[in-house]
Amino acid sequence: MNYLEAIGKYFIMVWEVFKKPTKWPIMRSLILKEIDELIFGSLGIIIFIAFFIGGVVTIQTALNLNSPLIPKSLIGFATRQSVILEFAPTFTSIIMAGKVGSYITSSIGTMKVTEQIDALEVMGVNSLNYLVFPKIIAMLMYPFAVAVAMFVGIFGGWIAGAFGGYAPSGEFVKGLQLDFIPFHVTYAFIKTVVFAFIIATIPSYHGFYMKGGALEVGKASTTSFVWTSVVIIILNYILTQLLLG
Amino acid sequence: MIEVENIHKSFGETHILKGITTCFDQGKTNLVIGQSGSGKTVFLKCLLGLFEPEEGQICYDGQFYSELTISQRRDLRQEMGMVFQGSALFDSMTVEGNVMFPLEMFTKQSRAEMKDRVDFVLERVNLVDAHKKFPSEISGGMKKRVAIARAIVMNPKYLFCDEPNSGLDPKTAILIDNLIQELTKEYDITTVINTHDMNSVMEIGEKIIFLKNGFKEWEGTNKEVFKTDNEAVTNFVYSSELFKKVRQMYIEERN
Repeated sequence: MNYLEAIGKYFIMVWEVFKKPTKWPIMRSLILKEIDELIFGSLGIIIFIAFFIGGVVTIQTALNLNSPLIPKSLIGFATRQSVILEFAPTFTSIIMAGKVGSYITSSIGTMKVTEQIDALEVMGVNSLNYLVFPKIIAMLMYPFAVAVAMFVGIFGGWIAGAFGGYAPSGEFVKGLQLDFIPFHVTYAFIKTVVFAFIIATIPSYHGFYMKGGALEVGKASTTSFVWTSVVIIILNYILTQLLLG
Repeated sequence: MIEVENIHKSFGETHILKGITTCFDQGKTNLVIGQSGSGKTVFLKCLLGLFEPEEGQICYDGQFYSELTISQRRDLRQEMGMVFQGSALFDSMTVEGNVMFPLEMFTKQSRAEMKDRVDFVLERVNLVDAHKKFPSEISGGMKKRVAIARAIVMNPKYLFCDEPNSGLDPKTAILIDNLIQELTKEYDITTVINTHDMNSVMEIGEKIIFLKNGFKEWEGTNKEVFKTDNEAVTNFVYSSELFKKVRQMYIEERN
């Protein structure tokens, strides 16, 4: 029953976010600030993780394809498919649920604890629109970060393959170009947009409706990470079934 | 003027406000006092429109809150200023940004006009050198002043303060009390203050209501507090040794 109530409350919150918009000049500056904080502030960790994940995928694929009958180009093919279909959109989203999600929950939660949200409400500001809407719009830039993760992941795989002696550079690149289906990139970006919305809204929900003090802000951050990850993983399965199944 | 008529408010099974009826006059500092848990904050949040009472009416200069449309309520809220217990300043903004915020949100003034207004109210609350400082860089007393400046920057008709003296030293507390009273007179505001501070009760309590367990136990002025025979009020007001002595002296003087 509590879960149903929470789900209902979440959808009401999402509806409220789009009501009574804040003045555009103020909203514009909030959106730019959030893009800087949520997207550009995360690029470093995204690039770092994508590079090494790409490398690991290449090494593991190479170690499992040890038959001389299987062409080395398949290593490049497998790396490309793994990174584009799964590692860049889903793995990065789980990382973002931790990094960005906990930031969103703790910043909104702290505003709640220190009555800053009450102050907004007293002034007649739609606090949900003011606080959550810029985050949702900023997260629309998230596919850009995932595109970077795709590129860097494949680049990391190429470095590991070519310089680690697992696959010659030419073979790896040949594999990258093998049987390329553009819809796979579209599928990845569709998932990314859905995950972006989840990463912006579920942590906001946990921050906005939290009760208590500083300790509860920490607990809310942890809970929001768990639920954001769970929802991402479930939606990943559903979207994959719908779009590729 | 704010008229409150028989308001009730519950949270689940817990009945917090149990039929409060009172009236807060314009141009006066109206104080709401009572022990912790007596319902003061819930009462104040009902007055602010943050909580909606299940029963009863709140009337702001002839406008019944429950009869207002959403946009009328929004307009009414813009006529209210609030000083929160912890100041509730926006951490990410400077002092100037905090005070300018309501102007940016709700007026079409130019940047220069807003700046002039902010300078004026900050000067009015005796803060002249803190414009570019962040809330984390200023003292508790300064934060209260900024919160007051933010509350009055839109020329509100109603000013609400939730324990404006909490966490302040006695001298600063008196300065804040006097500032609120001066502003109330100067702008003819209906001011409602939740407080535990007995100095405030004595100094600026032009009208006092005492809440106990969600009921209005007593109502009067700071002069009448000395004379009342209401045991709950005297136990609360004269809980400190100092005030017991003051009362004793008053009774001896009267006799």
